[in-house]
Amino acid sequence: MIVDKINTEDMFLYYSSKMALNNISIKIPEKKVTAFIGPSGCGKSTFLRSLNRMNDLIDGVKIEGKVIIDNINIYDKNIDVVTLRKKVGMVFQKSNPFAKSIYENVAYGPKINGIKDKSQLDEIVEMALKNAAIWDEVKDRLGDSALGLSGGQQQRLCIARTLAVNPEIVLMDEPASALDPLSTAKIEELIVQLKENYTIVIVTHNMQQAARISDNTAFFYLGELIEYDRTKKIFTNPDKKQTEDYITGRFG
Amino acid sequence: MIKSFRKNIKGIVIEGITLVSALLIIAIVIIMLTVIIIGGKDQLSWEFLTSFPTDGMTKGGIFPAIYGTALLVIIMSIAAVPFGTITAIYLTEYAKENSVIAKTIRFAVRTLAVIPSIIYGLFGLGFFIKFVGAHIDGAFFGGELKWGQPNLLWASLTMSLLTLPVVIVSVEEALKTVPQELRAASLALGATKWQTIRKVVIPGSISGIMTGTILAVSRGAGEVAPILFTGAAYYLATLPGLGDQFMVLGYHIYVLTTQSANVDQTLPIQFGTTCVLLLLTFILNMSAVILRYRIRKKKTN
Repeated sequence: MIVDKINTEDMFLYYSSKMALNNISIKIPEKKVTAFIGPSGCGKSTFLRSLNRMNDLIDGVKIEGKVIIDNINIYDKNIDVVTLRKKVGMVFQKSNPFAKSIYENVAYGPKINGIKDKSQLDEIVEMALKNAAIWDEVKDRLGDSALGLSGGQQQRLCIARTLAVNPEIVLMDEPASALDPLSTAKIEELIVQLKENYTIVIVTHNMQQAARISDNTAFFYLGELIEYDRTKKIFTNPDKKQTEDYITGRFG
Repeated sequence: MIKSFRKNIKGIVIEGITLVSALLIIAIVIIMLTVIIIGGKDQLSWEFLTSFPTDGMTKGGIFPAIYGTALLVIIMSIAAVPFGTITAIYLTEYAKENSVIAKTIRFAVRTLAVIPSIIYGLFGLGFFIKFVGAHIDGAFFGGELKWGQPNLLWASLTMSLLTLPVVIVSVEEALKTVPQELRAASLALGATKWQTIRKVVIPGSISGIMTGTILAVSRGAGEVAPILFTGAAYYLATLPGLGDQFMVLGYHIYVLTTQSANVDQTLPIQFGTTCVLLLLTFILNMSAVILRYRIRKKKTN
């Protein structure tokens, strides 16, 4: 049975007075990969960032409607954003490791959650690095600076760092857009593996990528959700003309 | 397309004028340092640095002035650095960029920075000594004059106000060098704002914070005006505590050159003291530069 992990109802988002998301209602299933596609400025990243309330950091953002995760509206007044973000992790477009060692990068999340026991931390770090398919490349140099890794390795380290907090949902904002084809392939392979245990939502500019790795695809345009369906259907037989025009490269 | 002779000459003259004024700067530095070093080099000895003045300050060393300067700088830093750092953290991490409160604080910081140092001295006298000190005496010492007079503590606090804008601005600059993406990464992992500041922002900008601090200290070490009314002493036979007046290098130079009974006789000591003060600020500035360089190098490795 497919369970809806995330469910938004009539969601609107405004930057000051400008509407950036217009009436988004979408159900995102658990333990699947859901891809958001659309041209730049269509609102897909903004929508992604409202799923773990990272938009709270931007002045003048106002949100209406509901974003329900596991039957709780995350925009309710009594929601603790810190707890929410532990449950809904995020990987950013540009890899952003801390200027710390590889080990400390991954241990950062568990440590701020109060885990102090060294052997327990070691275990979490190893597990997270293995899950992010980077363990073999870094196991002999955990104490080295994370900034010495290649771009692709840094991004997988950032994924490991996110997994170390043990989230249920992982949001990815164009995680491979700055990487070479080989690193991109590794990240894509990893994403497919991760859906066994995590609900993945990925924003991508790369339509082949969405077609390769996602189960469902949502097409955004000018702040609206134009079409949302099985990925196969979106890429072979979309209902809306705008979707078809976009995936066949006629605009965007 | 032949360049006219007049235009050509004009170009050479203008370049010459700019070059001469640039060279003048080098000359000023060289003349200043040469005069001071030649005048003071024979004076510099372990004895000079570690002994008290003797014979009406015409002989002996400047130990109490070095001691006083060191204490002044340390107490000033203890007051100014945490206060300034916390203010800078508020401005960069908490305040909204264009909010009224942030603008007001920035305006206040800029204003503090341009107030002439003698006015800090007057403020210190009026606020710390006549107001705070006098009230402490009234409340705890039955009106006996103890804290209501110039001393090391009030002078250090006055000096800390003078260096506060330097600390705030340099710490703010340092905090801003930490990329926004790192803050986002930390918050996205479920860190609180304070955890993010403590574990990502401050460690990432510690070199900038330290260099800013040292630069502020070196500015304070050379200033005289703020401590004129608030604690600097002409001569003392003993080393000061918090509640005592104290000797200090900058003021000692002024005293030797203008207030001593025999200015000519004190000339070598004047040069010696100037040398020491210059060396002190030079060492402080150099250590700031070295620190910045080393931490930068460590980061890129």
